[in-house]
Amino acid sequence: MSAPETRASAARRLELVLRILLPLIVLALVVLAWDQVVRIKQIPPYELPGPGLVLSTLWEDRELLLESLLVTLSTTLEGFLLALAGGVALAVMFNLSRLIEYSLYPYAVILQVTPILAIAPLLLVYMEPPAAVLTCAWIVAFFPVLANTTLGLASVDRNLVDLFRLYGASRVQILIELKLPAAMPYILGGMRIAGGLSLVGAVVAELAAGTAGAGSGLAYRIAESAYRLRIPRLFAALLLLSAAGVVIFFALSLLSHLILRRWHESAIEAER
Amino acid sequence: MMASAHSSGSPLVSLQHVGKSFPNGIVALEGFDLSVRPGEFLTLLGPSGCGKSTALRILAGLTEPTSGAVEWGGADPAARQNRRNIGFVFQEPTLMPWGTVESNVRLPLHLKGLDADWRERVSAALERVGLAGVAQLYPRELSGGMKMRASIARALVLEPAILLMDEPFAALDEITRFRLNDDLLALWRTLGKTVVFVTHSVFESVYLSNRIVVMTPRPGRVFRELAIDAPYPRDELFRTSAEYAAWCRLVSRALADAAAGASA
Repeated sequence: MSAPETRASAARRLELVLRILLPLIVLALVVLAWDQVVRIKQIPPYELPGPGLVLSTLWEDRELLLESLLVTLSTTLEGFLLALAGGVALAVMFNLSRLIEYSLYPYAVILQVTPILAIAPLLLVYMEPPAAVLTCAWIVAFFPVLANTTLGLASVDRNLVDLFRLYGASRVQILIELKLPAAMPYILGGMRIAGGLSLVGAVVAELAAGTAGAGSGLAYRIAESAYRLRIPRLFAALLLLSAAGVVIFFALSLLSHLILRRWHESAIEAER
Repeated sequence: MMASAHSSGSPLVSLQHVGKSFPNGIVALEGFDLSVRPGEFLTLLGPSGCGKSTALRILAGLTEPTSGAVEWGGADPAARQNRRNIGFVFQEPTLMPWGTVESNVRLPLHLKGLDADWRERVSAALERVGLAGVAQLYPRELSGGMKMRASIARALVLEPAILLMDEPFAALDEITRFRLNDDLLALWRTLGKTVVFVTHSVFESVYLSNRIVVMTPRPGRVFRELAIDAPYPRDELFRTSAEYAAWCRLVSRALADAAAGASA
């Protein structure tokens, strides 16, 4: 390896270390400041619990919280999968028929721009809470999949379509063997947004359902803890929720990377 | 051995008084007549936007002419089947980025349902274009020239009766273009295929062709036909010869006349 190359790879390693280290330092500083403020000002735990108390509450209430986490996560996952299936299927229909696209696209947009917080109570009037929560997760998550897939299906290389036609491919063949693979980077991008949003949708609906439902998800725990002034537990539940969101994001990013790494620019590390 | 450059008899395919206008009002072709003889290397030469590519797409059946007719093989019913057996090379390599070189070259076989001995046929096609070692690579791992070779291998894999090439080397650097020109000529001479080649490069057209059809600016029609009677094999020696320079001058002048005639 020549000297400039060594220097370049050292620089890259330094950059990687910084990217991991700097956020951790910020986190440590914030937690430390939080801890000190709570100690010095002697803030009572029902106003602001210290980080230590939040962690110990997380441990003590682990059974209850994990159970709630599972409820919320399974709703999120179901909502996400339904959004993925629905979004891709609808985009495919739009691609096959302009009439369907013209007829339905405006309503997909309306569904997207109406705040989910305003829709959730309405859904709860007509549905059992678990179904309403799932529907909320689906509504929020499905639009990014639909929009991205629609864009992806339309972005296919025209010459490749001509080539497929030249060799007598049917419309279904063009769709399955050309357009869907070409749209894959877009679909995966939509999925990454949808994963986080379906968690948001599930949480919003759980909060709206509140004590009225047989709710036992994490958001319900948060509402309940706030009501009963069990602030440490509220913080612990909140911590779990953001951790879940982060894990979902990274899992989908990893999936996207694994699918695209052999061929798509977005997944290829800079080699120059 | 000489390829059958001047074979007589009925044309492989002909365009008869073909016109093509687009919904946006552009008239790409008007009264365009072209006969493609079996085995020849025919080049359509003309300025950008003169309808060369449109003519090629009409030959391929990718677009319908607004007027006139496309005639395949005349009275011979077997020759008429040639319309279903076309190799097409685009200006861009037009490979599927998610597939390996092998799966890209296999595509025509796959779409035609010819899956029996695809492995042999794909590797034969790759070998012909000098890509034997890269079957398992992805397009992004290839250079521009190699991508174009893969694209040519894909066009050859069905053993087409005719190879249509739409400015295939326009985006390549000169060294790569010269090499691909040479390799294409060698392929044409060994396989005996008919080639219809579109370019706006005078030099490329003279180097490659038996016959050059110089087109007028839009709406495109035939301005002049020139038979390039230089013998094959053509190589570096030909490229640097006075004869080549003389041909280039002649073709250049025809192209200039075509432009002047249209503006007059």
